[in-house]
Amino acid sequence: MSFPWLTVIGAVPLVGAVVVLLLPRRGTLPQTVALALSGVPLVLTVVMALQYSPGAGMQFTETHDWITAFGAHYALGVDGIGLTLVLMTVIISPVVMLASWRDGEHGRWSTNSYFAWMLALEGLAIGVFAATDVFLFYVLFEATLIPIYFLIGGFGGAQRSYAAVKFLLYSLLGGLLMLASVVGLFVVSARAGAPSYLLSDLVQVPMSESTGRWLFLGFFIAFAIKAPLWPVHTWLPDAASEATTGTSVLLVSVLDKIGTFGMIRWCLGLFPEASRWASPVVIALAVFSVLYGALLAIGQDDIRRLIAYTSVSHFGFIVLGIFAFTSQSASGSTLYMFNHAMSTAALFLVTGFLISRHGSKRISDYGGVQKIAPMLAGVFMVAGLSSLSLPGLAPFVSEFLVLAGTFTHSVPAGVLATLGTVLAALYILLMYQRTMTGPLRPDNAMIRDLGIREVAALTPLVALIIGAGFFPQPLLDVINPSVDATLQHVGVSDPSPGVPVEASSEGSTP
Amino acid sequence: MTVPTDITFTAPTIEYATLYPVLIVFGAALLGVVVEAVLGRRLRYQVQVVLALGALVAALVGTVLVAGNLQEAPGTVPARGLVAAEGGLAVDGPTVFLWGLLLLFSVVSVMLFAERRLEGGVTAFAGQAAALPGTEAERAASTQGIEHTEVFPLVMFAVGGMMLFPAANDLLTMFVALEVLSLPLYLLCGLARRRRLISQEAAVKYFLLGAFSSAFFLYGIALVYGYAGSFTMAGIDQAVSNRTGSSALLLGGIGMLSVGLLFKVGAAPFHSWQPDVYQGAPTAVTAFMAACTKLAAFGALLRVFYVGLGGAQWDWQPMIWIVAGLTMLVGSVVALTQTDIKRMLAYSSIAHAGFLLVGFAGVWAGDGVTSLQSVLFYLTAYGFSTIGAFAVVMMVRDAGGETTHLSRWAGLGRTSPLLAGVFAFFMLAFAGIPLTSGFIGKWTVFSAAWSGGAWPLVVLAVVLSAVTAFFYVRVIVLMFFSDPVGDGPTVAVPSMLTATVVAVTAIATLVLGVLPGPVLDLAHNAGAFVR
Repeated sequence: MSFPWLTVIGAVPLVGAVVVLLLPRRGTLPQTVALALSGVPLVLTVVMALQYSPGAGMQFTETHDWITAFGAHYALGVDGIGLTLVLMTVIISPVVMLASWRDGEHGRWSTNSYFAWMLALEGLAIGVFAATDVFLFYVLFEATLIPIYFLIGGFGGAQRSYAAVKFLLYSLLGGLLMLASVVGLFVVSARAGAPSYLLSDLVQVPMSESTGRWLFLGFFIAFAIKAPLWPVHTWLPDAASEATTGTSVLLVSVLDKIGTFGMIRWCLGLFPEASRWASPVVIALAVFSVLYGALLAIGQDDIRRLIAYTSVSHFGFIVLGIFAFTSQSASGSTLYMFNHAMSTAALFLVTGFLISRHGSKRISDYGGVQKIAPMLAGVFMVAGLSSLSLPGLAPFVSEFLVLAGTFTHSVPAGVLATLGTVLAALYILLMYQRTMTGPLRPDNAMIRDLGIREVAALTPLVALIIGAGFFPQPLLDVINPSVDATLQHVGVSDPSPGVPVEASSEGSTP
Repeated sequence: MTVPTDITFTAPTIEYATLYPVLIVFGAALLGVVVEAVLGRRLRYQVQVVLALGALVAALVGTVLVAGNLQEAPGTVPARGLVAAEGGLAVDGPTVFLWGLLLLFSVVSVMLFAERRLEGGVTAFAGQAAALPGTEAERAASTQGIEHTEVFPLVMFAVGGMMLFPAANDLLTMFVALEVLSLPLYLLCGLARRRRLISQEAAVKYFLLGAFSSAFFLYGIALVYGYAGSFTMAGIDQAVSNRTGSSALLLGGIGMLSVGLLFKVGAAPFHSWQPDVYQGAPTAVTAFMAACTKLAAFGALLRVFYVGLGGAQWDWQPMIWIVAGLTMLVGSVVALTQTDIKRMLAYSSIAHAGFLLVGFAGVWAGDGVTSLQSVLFYLTAYGFSTIGAFAVVMMVRDAGGETTHLSRWAGLGRTSPLLAGVFAFFMLAFAGIPLTSGFIGKWTVFSAAWSGGAWPLVVLAVVLSAVTAFFYVRVIVLMFFSDPVGDGPTVAVPSMLTATVVAVTAIATLVLGVLPGPVLDLAHNAGAFVR
């Protein structure tokens, strides 16, 4: 048997979480150990990625029976999409830990538990992106709620308890609707013969049109809440604004990607017919999210809420690209997930450093900061520009691909979504102008520039934003074959989008 | 007077080799009565505890042996077991599964009954039950540290009745079993050492309502007998399948029987006793009732409806759908407003009865997870978690004994993180979060119901699960995210007994959530009921 890469990569942070929890509460020991432990999966993932051969389907697979009565398996594996997201997770986690070195000290519990929950979240998220069994995916999907719930509720601002409960209830509602669909899948699979939750088995199960559509809805609503898509996005601004900076980054950069990942892997993979059926509505919701998020971002005075709303807008783009069913747009969406993680993480972290110096989250409390903190202002600029998709920075490539693909699918949707990029320039530049330029406010005079640790945390992000902006090809080489395979399965092709082609998975109704 | 010669008397054959686990339990109960009367005060407690636990463990071992020796039963459906005691009892796969589980839960509950350290060296039961609350006699009993141990034989009688209840193969035996299990429970509810008035109120309420429901059950038996001309499940089944006689008698009988059984299960609209009784009864008794009564009652419910009334499925299934929906709705919505932890757990128990009824309502015996299997697994999962949760409730105390008002639980996560963490884990299990037994349990009942075509019930159950999650999470928020009020709660250090119970139930909740395979297989291999 080959080396169980994915199990090891996921297990190291989970075991590490227990280790960190048991460490003595002395000095910076927990931080140091947690950072070192989160470096292990990063190294392992890079080594694994070098052995990945694009276009060869699921790789590094492991399959073991788990609960035979349910047909559930412990099955892991990654294609290009999964690999990109695992890579994203293992890059973001150490960065966040380095950046939130002292954030755990003012919480309700010890620093140890702060970093332990973070490691647990990393391990579970890797499992979610690598699971190829619906049951395993669902279990891990729900399990990620627990660490993030305690991270928000234990280590945040004044309203953290409210924000944590709101987040949990939204997620649980979505998760339980998905549970109904997961149960339904079992029944469908059991009627077709031996019950199995493996993705590879389920795609061959014949499913009637209406059954497929109902089950699709259960999955889609759960993912839309997670992503978050308008109108089920309202938990995100509260959670992102009340949590610590590090938690917000993990929430928006890693955890929310589970929603969009779930759409492309499970909604499209399991319910191709229903995905085509739902795509007009989903595209409308996505376009609305793009504009709605951007407009609300412009109106925010709270920096964290502003970034949260920009994410609602960006997730609109990602969902749009997935459901436009063209190879450019879907590849663009997958790449966008990676790029958005880097760009938003940089933006959250640099504003988090700013907020930690002054103590206020309000834009109107700042002014002229670039005069005394040029480095901070510079990184803020780069992160902001990447968020508005300036050419040369990573998100530009992905946003361009999404829009280009959308135009071939639907011109009105493309035109409206493009408006979102204009609004993006507005919210980012207005925020930058109000906080960084102009005369220095007297009460801002104590703001120091970035320290060494903070620079160290931001450097990899900025490097990736610029690097992937100029050389997106390595990532696209990994992503494209998998996206093409997914779209082929959905039964759509590029030149004549929207024309349904009978997919092989759709047998006759039993 | 001459005795007619044409009447011959044949001694009934009793299959002692199969029924001895029940006899062990009843024997120990009778012996316990003698011990209580004969032995001196100093030795009584030790002897009673050893006797009760020893008998339960012996019966458990016996059940395992019996289960291993069950023979294939003749019939169309694959089932193992036999109809014993002249048709009175059916010892089959589901019966021995329920027996084993019941004895396991009883062992754990009796360990809670035996806890003495929390009350400063005496059990949590009234020192002198006959002394009126607030009288000189009561004060004298408590200052002298008097302690009676009649609870142990009482609980053994209840366990014996609970073993007979799901095994009963004719309705009269079932009625007798119902009374044998109920009467000791009424008494146990009224035996709290502290807050005796509310405890006695609980006992009276339980007794009155229980007596009513027994009367309904008995009337139902009469009507069904009038229809079928038989008390036995097989006889009723035959009559129902052939549709002989007046269907008004049958429908009336089904309705009356349901009232009696659903009352014991705690299903709406027959649930109103549950919050008061759960709150007033000594917490160890509440734990015992929540796990074991529910188990026995569901076993009997399944046997009556699946075996005896299986042919009339289309008549009673709509009713069960409505009752299941209503029970989930009442349990989950009313629990939202509770401020007492024991009342909240009582409503939660009602909601879980609803989830169990969802699995029951599917009536699915085909591919995948069967209804019987799902209900058996859910009972296992819920029983462990609920005993564990009540065991934790026993430990959170202030000067007046257990402190069950929710506001007093604020900040528990700070003062005793381990205990609060375990309780939070039980709450997550009740809410059905993955990697706990509650999740697998929900999954099994939902999939059985969906397979049986009850998918609207599944969707309702899923939405109401989200509602129940709200009040479970509220307790976690209170424990971990709120600051203690005043001095805050104190967590008494329990003896090994309670600590073991909490540890065992927590481990069971985790293991059943991560590796449920063996127990699911066991529930599956239980097969069908014998007729």
